[in-house]
Amino acid sequence: MADVTLEKVGKTYGRHEVISDFSITIKDGECLTFLGPSGCGKTVILRLIAGFEHPTTGEIYIGDRLVSSVEKNVHVPPEARKIGVVFQDYAVWPHKTVYENVIYPMQMQKIAAGEAKERTLAAIGQVGLGELQDRLPFQLSGGQQQRVALARALVSRPDIMLLDEPLCNLDANLREEMRFEITALQKQTGVTVLYVTHDQEVALAISDRIAVMDKTGRIRHVGPPDDIYEKPADPFIFKFMGVSNFIPLEYRDGQIFIGESDSPLGCSVPEGGLERIKRRELIAGCRSYDIELTHKESQTRGTIQRVIYLGATVDYLVAVGKKVFRVQQDIREAGQGGIPFRDGDQVGLKFLDLKWFENQAIDEEVE
Amino acid sequence: MIKKHFGNFGLAEILLAISVLILVIVVAIPVLLILWTALFVDGKFNTADILNILSQPSTYEALKNSFIIAAGVTFFSTVIGVFFAWLVSRTDLPFKETMKVLFLIPFMLPTLIGALAWKMLLSPRAGYINKFINDLFGLDGSFFNIYSLSGIIAVETMYLFPFVFIQVAGALERMDPTLEESARISGAGLLTITRKITLPLMLPSIAAGALLVALYSLAHFGVPAILGTEAGIYNIPTKIYEQIYQSGGSFKAIRTGTVLSTILIISAALILYIQSLVLKAGRFQVIAGKSMRPMLLKLRGLKLPLLIFSILYLSITVIMPTVTIFLVGSLKTYGINFTWENMSFTNLKYILFEWKMTKDAIWNSIYLSLSAAFVTMIVGVLISYTIVKMKVRGKFILEFLGVLPFSLPGTVIAIGVILMWSGKFGVNLYNTAWIIFFAYIARYMAFSLKSNSAALEQVSDSLEEAARACGATHWQSLKDIVIPLVKPGMVAAFFLIFLPAMRELTTSVLLYGPKTRTIGVAIYALNEDGETVYAATLASVALVIIIIGQMIIKRITQSKIQGVQ
Amino acid sequence: MSHVKLTDVTKRFGPVVAVNRLNIEISKGECFSMLGPSGCGKTTTLRMVAGFEDLDEGEISVGEKIFSSSFKKYYLPPEKRDFGMVFQAFAVWPHLNVFNNVAFPLQIRKMPKAEIEERTRRAITYTGLSGSEHTYPNELSGGQKQRIALARAIAINPTVMLLDEPLSNLDPKLREEMRFEIKDLQRKFDFTIIYVTHDQAEAMALSDRILVMSEGVVQQIDTPLNIYKKPANQFVFSFIGLSNMLPVEIADGSVWIEGNHDAGAIHTEIPPQVKERRMTLAARPYEIDFVRVAGVRGIVKRVAYLGDIIDYRIMIGGVEVRVQKNRKRETFRENEPCGLKFNQVAWYERGTSS
Repeated sequence: MADVTLEKVGKTYGRHEVISDFSITIKDGECLTFLGPSGCGKTVILRLIAGFEHPTTGEIYIGDRLVSSVEKNVHVPPEARKIGVVFQDYAVWPHKTVYENVIYPMQMQKIAAGEAKERTLAAIGQVGLGELQDRLPFQLSGGQQQRVALARALVSRPDIMLLDEPLCNLDANLREEMRFEITALQKQTGVTVLYVTHDQEVALAISDRIAVMDKTGRIRHVGPPDDIYEKPADPFIFKFMGVSNFIPLEYRDGQIFIGESDSPLGCSVPEGGLERIKRRELIAGCRSYDIELTHKESQTRGTIQRVIYLGATVDYLVAVGKKVFRVQQDIREAGQGGIPFRDGDQVGLKFLDLKWFENQAIDEEVE
Repeated sequence: MIKKHFGNFGLAEILLAISVLILVIVVAIPVLLILWTALFVDGKFNTADILNILSQPSTYEALKNSFIIAAGVTFFSTVIGVFFAWLVSRTDLPFKETMKVLFLIPFMLPTLIGALAWKMLLSPRAGYINKFINDLFGLDGSFFNIYSLSGIIAVETMYLFPFVFIQVAGALERMDPTLEESARISGAGLLTITRKITLPLMLPSIAAGALLVALYSLAHFGVPAILGTEAGIYNIPTKIYEQIYQSGGSFKAIRTGTVLSTILIISAALILYIQSLVLKAGRFQVIAGKSMRPMLLKLRGLKLPLLIFSILYLSITVIMPTVTIFLVGSLKTYGINFTWENMSFTNLKYILFEWKMTKDAIWNSIYLSLSAAFVTMIVGVLISYTIVKMKVRGKFILEFLGVLPFSLPGTVIAIGVILMWSGKFGVNLYNTAWIIFFAYIARYMAFSLKSNSAALEQVSDSLEEAARACGATHWQSLKDIVIPLVKPGMVAAFFLIFLPAMRELTTSVLLYGPKTRTIGVAIYALNEDGETVYAATLASVALVIIIIGQMIIKRITQSKIQGVQ
Repeated sequence: MSHVKLTDVTKRFGPVVAVNRLNIEISKGECFSMLGPSGCGKTTTLRMVAGFEDLDEGEISVGEKIFSSSFKKYYLPPEKRDFGMVFQAFAVWPHLNVFNNVAFPLQIRKMPKAEIEERTRRAITYTGLSGSEHTYPNELSGGQKQRIALARAIAINPTVMLLDEPLSNLDPKLREEMRFEIKDLQRKFDFTIIYVTHDQAEAMALSDRILVMSEGVVQQIDTPLNIYKKPANQFVFSFIGLSNMLPVEIADGSVWIEGNHDAGAIHTEIPPQVKERRMTLAARPYEIDFVRVAGVRGIVKRVAYLGDIIDYRIMIGGVEVRVQKNRKRETFRENEPCGLKFNQVAWYERGTSS
C-alpha cells in the first residue's frame, strides 16, 4: 500500500506535448479517478506511473521510492514497481487457462508453489470464477475475462492498482456489477487505486476523489465526487458533468434579465454581483433538474419547445427569448396523471440552485 | 543529450543492429553489387556499354518478349480471376465452398511441372493431344503448337490467375453488403450496381492481384525455358541463363546479366510503385462489421452450364496435366501408348533409390529448403519483432530492406549472390550449396517478415505489458507470452517458405553446380537432355511432396483459427 | 387508410420462425419504431418491407400498392420500391464524393440534370452538409457520414423512410442531437418513418408509436407513454426502463416478499384478477419511496452516486430491490435500515416473460 506522487511531470511525443508540469499526489488507500475526454492524456499518466512509458520531464514517486526521473537517470522497470494493471482490452493471455493467467504474477515473484496455488484459488473465488479455472479465455464472456484480469492484478498484493477504462466494453448491467466489485475489493484490500475513464457515471460511483482533466492535459479540479458535482470549480467542470444550462445575464434598469427577453432572473445574486454582471465578469449556470416549471403566473416566463418522455424522466426544451433551456423532471414530480406540459405551452420558470462562476471562455471542447 | 540507461532500451538497440546487419549482408549488398556492375565499368559510370548490350537484337528481342508475355498473362489472369471470383462470391453457383478450394489448386502446381505436362500434351509433333487430333481427323499439322508466345501466355495464365482470384474473392466476401444494398434501394439494378459500386470498390484488390501476376511473370524462368527455348523465344531470365550457361560463367555474360537484371529491378520497382498508388487511392474501409449475406445473383438457367464450365476448366488446367505427369512418369519409354504393359514402377524406383543424380537432387532440395525455411523463419521473427514492437529510431531502414527482395526476381537475386559470394570478399561459395542457401534466404525473407509481422501485430501490446506488470522482465514476457502466441504463425511461415523453395527453379538454375542440383534443376536438366520420362517421374515425386506439405499447412492453419487467438 | 400495412407477415429461416404473423398498420406521417433485443426479428421485418428479404407468408403494402404478397405470389424488388433507407453502418460509398453519393438515386432515375442538381443541393442543405459537396466520406466523421446517408435517402422525396439502427454507431451526445435532426427532417418533408432500434430511450424519444418485439412476436404496439405506464406483459415492463421483478406471495390477504414475512407486508392493492398465490410484482426504481413508517423493511446494501440521481440497492432478506432517487431527497448510507413503499406496481404471473 503506497501513495503515488507526480512532480512536474511532462510527456512529449515528437512535437506533441501531451502533458506538462503535471503534479498530483494519490493518497495511500484511496481510489482516485482521472476523468476527462479522450486525448486528454489520462491514459498517458497511467502508463507513466506503471512504467510503460518514460516521462520527458519531472519525477514520479511510489511511496518514498523514486521510480522515474530523467534528470536523475532513474527508471524502475514495470516489473519492479509492485503494481497491478487492468487494461481496457483485458489483456488476458489467450494461450493460458484462467488458473495459469492468475498464478503468473506469483510465479514471477518466485513464491512457493503451495502458497501460490492457495492464493490463486482464493483470488479466482473472490471474483466469482470458482469453477472456471481450467477454461481458456476464448471460452469466457467479456465480463468473465475482465474478472480474470482483476484477479490477476490483485493476487500479487500490489501497492497500487491501475485500471484503464476496464468497463467500457461491457454492457450496462455488467458494468454496474463490476463497478461494485472493484470498489468492494478495494475496500477489502486497502490497495491504492488509480482509475482512468471518460465515463462520469463510473467516476462518480467509485471514487474517493476525482481529478477532472481537460483536453490540454491540465487538471481542472480534484475533489470528492459530490464536491465536484455540487461545487464545480469552473464552468468547464460544470458543463462536463451532467446536463447543464448557462444563463445569459443582462443588466437593465437595475435588474438582471435573461438575455434580451423581459423575463427577470428572479433569484438573488452573490455579494457585489450586480456590478460584476454589468461588467460581464460573472456568469450563472443551472442544472436541468434545478429548474422548476409551473403553470402559475410568473414574471419569469418561457415557452415549451419540445417535450420528450423518457420513462423515468421527462425532458423539456424551454425557450426564454432566444435562450433555450433544457429542463428535466423525474416522472413522479411531473404529475401523477401524465405530463403537465405540452409543446407550445407558456410556463413559469424558477431557478432553484444557481452556480456562479468567473466568466471564462466556456467554449472549450468538452468531449 | 539524454543518456539511456534503461535495460530494455539496450535490448532494442542490439536487436536493431543485428537485424540491420543480417539484412544488409543478405539483401542490400547483392543488389548494390548488381547495380554497380551494371552501371560502372572499371570504376567509371558507363552507359555506352549498357546501350550496346540492350540494342543487340537477341537481348532486345528477349526484353520485348518479356513484356509481351507479362502483359498477356496479366490481362488474361485478371479476366479469368475476376470472373471466377465473382462467380464464387456473388452468384448462387452450387458447391461454392468446394469450388473456392479447387480454384486454389492451380496455385499449388509448380509452373515448371505444368509447362512440362503441357509440352507433353501439345508439342507440335509428339504432343499427345496433337497426335490424338491428327489421328482422329487424319490431319498432319498440329492442332496447337505449345512452343509459342501464346502457348507460354496460356500456360502461365492457367497457374497464375489464382493471385487475382484470391484477392478479389476475399475482398468480395469481406465487403460490406450494405454498400450494395443501399445502391439497390436507391433504385439501381444488379448490372448498374456491379458497374458503379462493386467494381470500383474492388479495383484495389484487382490491381493488387494483377500486379503480383505481372511481377511474377516478368521474372519467371520455368515456363519460357521449357516452352520457349525450343522455338527460340527468350525472356529476360532465360536469356540471362543462356548467356551465362553458354559462356561457362564468363564475366562478360554475368555483366550482361546484371544489365538485364537492372531492367528487371526497375520494372519491378515501377510495378510496386503503381501498386502502392492504386492501393492508396483505393484505401477504402469496405470491411463489414456484422456478418450479413451479400446479394447473390440468381443464375437460373446458367447455373448448370457455368458449373460445368468451371469444372471443365479445372479439369483441363489441373487434372489433365497432373494425370499426364504421373502417367508419362510410369512409361517405360516416351511416346508409346498408355497400356498396362507399358507402365511400371521401375522408373520410380530408379529415380528414388538408384540414380545418384536424382537422389542427390531430391536430397539437396529437401535439406536446402528445410534449412533455408528454418533460418529465415527464426531471423524473420527477430526482425519482425524489432519492426513491429520495438520503439526505436531507424526502423524504417529495416522495413525497406526487408521488403526489397520481395520485388526482386529470383534471377536477380541469383546474380547478386554470385557477385557477392564468388570471391569478391574473400569468400567463394560458387558451385556450393551455400550460395543457393543464401539466395533462398534473400528470396524468401520478405515472405517471412510479412507473415511474422502479421502474426505479431495480432499480439496486442497490452498482452506484453500485462506480463511486465505481473513482474516479468522483457525477456520473460517474450518467452512466456509472445513466442507461444506467434508460434502457429511461425510454423505456417515455415511451410510457406519450404514448399516454394522445394519446387523453385528460377534461382537455383543459375547457381547450381555438378553436386548441388535441386529438384527443379534436375527436372529441367532431364527435360533438356531429352529424358522426358524421367523428368516426368521426378516431377511426380515433387508433386507428391508438395501435396503432402500443402495438407500439413492446411492442418496447422486450421487449428490456429479454431484454437488459441 | 393506413399508409404502410403488414398483414400476417411471417418469415422463417430453416426451423426458426424469425417473424411470426406480424400485423401492423402505420399511418401517413407517423414515426413508427420497432424495438426489441437483438435477434427479435425487427431488422428482418424492416428488410422485408425494404424488399431485401421476401416474406414466406403474408402481405406488405404501401398505400394502394402491394409490394410483397404470398397470396398473390408477388414480389417487387427493392430497386423499384422508392423507399429512402438509412443503414447502421452508414453504407456511404467511399469512392464517390458527397454530391455524387446524394445524387446517385436521382441519376439512376435519369432525371434531367438541372433537377438532379437542385434536389441534391436541397438535400445537402437540409442535412447541414453545405460546403462539403466535393469532400470524400473518409475525410468526414461518423455523424457527417450518416448525414450523407440521410441526404441521399431524402433526395428522391420518398413517402416512406426506413431507418435500421441508424444512430447505434455514433457516440452518445451525437446520437441525441441526430435524433432531433431526423425528426426535423420528417416535419419538413412529411414522410412516414419506420425505425428499428434496440435502444429504448431512442424509441421513446422519437416515436409516435412503438412496437415492442421479442422472438418474432409482437408484445405491444402503443404510444411511448402507454408502453411505459401500462406495459402489456413482463417482457415489455423489464425491457423499457429499469425494473424490479420481485417474487411475492399472497397470504392472509396481504402481499409479502416471498420468504420474508418479517420484513413486513407490501401495502398495495391486490387486483381482482390475481388468482395465484405466488406472483411477480414489478416496480420501477423511481416509483419506490423511502418511508419512516409502515414500509417494507430492508437494509441499504449499496449506494451509488450518479450525479443528479442516487442509485440504491436495498436488501429485503435475500431479495435485492433497486431504488433511484433524486439527490435532493433524503439520502441513506450503506448498512442503514430503511422502509420502502411501492407505488404504481404491475402484477405478472410467475414463469411468464412474454
